[in-house]
Amino acid sequence: MAAFFSPFLSKPDTVSRIMLQVLLALLPGIAMYVWYFGPAILVSISLASITALGTEALMLKLRDRPVAPFLKDHSALLTGWLLALSIPPLAPWWLVVVGTAFCIVVAKHLYGGLGNNLFNPAMVGFAVLIISFPAQMTQWISPHGLGQIELTFADQLRYMFLGILPPNVTLDAITMATPLDTLKTHLHLDEPIRQILDMPIYGRLAGQGSEMVSWGFLAGGLYLMARRIISWHIPLAYLGTIFAMAGIFHLADPAHYVTPLFHWFSGAAMLGAFFILTDPVSSPTTHHGKLIFAAGAGLITYLIRAFGGFPDGTAFATLLMNICVPLIVLYTQPKIFGRKGRKP
Amino acid sequence: MMLQELKDVFHNGLWKQNAGIVQLLGLCPLLAISSSVVNALGLGLATTLVMALTGTGVALIRGVIPNEARIPVYVLMIAVLVTIVQFLMNAYVHSLYLVLGIFVPLITTNCIVLARAESFASKNGVLPSALDGIAMGLGLTGVLVLLGAMREIFGHGTLLSGIDLVFGEAAKSWVITLIPDYHGFLLAVLPPGAFIGLGLLIAARNWLNRRAEQKARKPIPIRAAQTA
Repeated sequence: MAAFFSPFLSKPDTVSRIMLQVLLALLPGIAMYVWYFGPAILVSISLASITALGTEALMLKLRDRPVAPFLKDHSALLTGWLLALSIPPLAPWWLVVVGTAFCIVVAKHLYGGLGNNLFNPAMVGFAVLIISFPAQMTQWISPHGLGQIELTFADQLRYMFLGILPPNVTLDAITMATPLDTLKTHLHLDEPIRQILDMPIYGRLAGQGSEMVSWGFLAGGLYLMARRIISWHIPLAYLGTIFAMAGIFHLADPAHYVTPLFHWFSGAAMLGAFFILTDPVSSPTTHHGKLIFAAGAGLITYLIRAFGGFPDGTAFATLLMNICVPLIVLYTQPKIFGRKGRKP
Repeated sequence: MMLQELKDVFHNGLWKQNAGIVQLLGLCPLLAISSSVVNALGLGLATTLVMALTGTGVALIRGVIPNEARIPVYVLMIAVLVTIVQFLMNAYVHSLYLVLGIFVPLITTNCIVLARAESFASKNGVLPSALDGIAMGLGLTGVLVLLGAMREIFGHGTLLSGIDLVFGEAAKSWVITLIPDYHGFLLAVLPPGAFIGLGLLIAARNWLNRRAEQKARKPIPIRAAQTA
């Protein structure tokens, strides 16, 4: 008990302060990203930030809203960061710009701006990009020490902005399939899990490098939970459902289904659990609702990963559950104290 | 028929009661077929032809059909006319007919055709009804073509692709490539692109309308003075 005597006043949590804390919590994951995949991600984050702030200011001006107060709430910045973290770090510059602009202009402001967007803006941008530009969206850079050739930072910049690779280097030499993608491809070839996981791309729990990025996001997420910025409901229900589903399938058929921990530490599971699904605007406000929402998202994520066409399903799961939020909130209204039976 | 009346019919069809972006009737073919200019123009003109013919037909027989049975009669008539147009397209623009597929026979169920038969042709003479069908059809065609152009330019960076389906192999060189080396923005061609594009068109029309209203508002509005 920190404050035992009145007045029990604390600094009010403004949108701006909360968003800054969330940005801060992303830093461990980003640090891991830079360590294992090189500094290119910092460039795409900066690019996304500039685009997000620019389009946000433009839309606010077009809608006759005050520009400065809304820009200072950092919500556009967070959207840009989340999108940049979910697309390949070597993505060409226009991919980042188009995706971020779509997030802010269509998914956020055409729905009425901050607080009114039905869908998570970053995930709308991601879905648009992966549907429209599948080739560019699968150019994942090889983790440190695994690729045939590693580009210097200058070479990475040249590729992102001009599309030029150094002589005698092909795109295949610097990129590789993601751990989830590799798993899916080799399972289709009827190879046993044990043999697939012996490939050099896999580390202790999941993908080499990417598992460490997930640890970074987990650390940031726990920090957010400790600061009471997000509640435990969504991360627990999301990760719990993935764990339960993966556990059941793994126990029933270990030769064809990977362990629950593999699912936790690959793809966007950690990022989704702590940073994407917890978006206060597009997730339910009631506690029971949060549990249902996140459990549904976990179920869809697992089904897409295990049986669907895409290697990861966090984005589509988020969007599909976003649609259900108004209904979930309607049916999970808490009982008013002193009233019997029927909910309000 | 007076000139003012004629003007009103066309103003209604093309702008004030535009089927595509004001009445929002016939959205299914509008959204499904507007993925390129040529498809959009083909379906739009077919619908216009059907609407002009139904307008004429309904206005001709409106005195002899019993009021209670008018809707089935209109629908039968529309179906017959659509079948005729369908056979004509099958014979003369066969490849376009194959692209448009089910949407040509579906003109029968297009609400805008029945809506105009019921709300205009059943109450007006032959000439105004025929013109109303043409005006409404052209209004819909305009929206279809605009949406088709938007989606084709954003989606493929071209304009008039598929024109050879109508004019034969020689027309292949008519295709305009607006953006060379374009990566293609697949979303614009997929169904979400149709919905977003239509939404933007409706927004643009509302914005233009509001601006025109604001300009016209300067003198004291007559209606307000009357009710006061």
